Amino acid sequence: MTFAAELPAWAALLTAALVLLGAGLAFTGSLGLLRFSSFYERVHAPTLATTLGAGCVLIASMIFFSVLQTRPVVHEILIAIFLALTTPVTLMLLVRAALFRDRVEGRTYDEAKTRALPTVKNAPGPGRLAPIQAEPNELPPTRHPDNGDEHDYR
Amino acid sequence: MTANVLLGSLTIAQVLVALAMAGATFRMLRGPRAQDRVLGLDTLYVNAILLLLIFGIRSGSTVYFEAALVIAVLGFVATAALAKFLMRGEVIE
Repeated sequence: MTFAAELPAWAALLTAALVLLGAGLAFTGSLGLLRFSSFYERVHAPTLATTLGAGCVLIASMIFFSVLQTRPVVHEILIAIFLALTTPVTLMLLVRAALFRDRVEGRTYDEAKTRALPTVKNAPGPGRLAPIQAEPNELPPTRHPDNGDEHDYR
Repeated sequence: MTANVLLGSLTIAQVLVALAMAGATFRMLRGPRAQDRVLGLDTLYVNAILLLLIFGIRSGSTVYFEAALVIAVLGFVATAALAKFLMRGEVIE
């Protein structure tokens, strides 16, 4: 830690505050990942770390190195852009996969929360997702339901 | 004085991010279903990026930035591939 003594006070304090805020947000997101009760609630919590937490730490790093090297150092913005672009894509893919798995098993949101298998199967009602039924003339349910094309890509 | 404040807050931030990584690891090991494990792995990747950036600020070198960027790319590819595997049952069709 020989570099911090060369830093002016405002830059050191700003870096410290931003790093603490970012780390606290990452910890809060992980706490939410631990404490929420269903997957669809848990998927929201780590986005605290990926958006605001990573943003605070990256801005702190940019301020620190810019003041330390007395020139603008902005290459951390690459990570910020990459995280902001990829996090929604991956989480939407993951939630669609989880929704598909829940629909294949015929469980609803509340049943996914309590992890209890449904007693009355194949009974669509209010708030209940219709389970995917494997009819003899249709494709097996391992295929994606939204993939409406007739071609067999396998 | 301010150097000590910066050093102490960096230490606290490292402890917080390490606790966050421990929570993500717990969710990855004890997740009730497969999608919880994938979500824990994604959170672990993001927290590893943050931890490497804080290491970089602490050591004053920009070497850790490239490692963080590589982890960001690999984390995206890994989570996308695992989500596709959960959806289809196979990665490459």
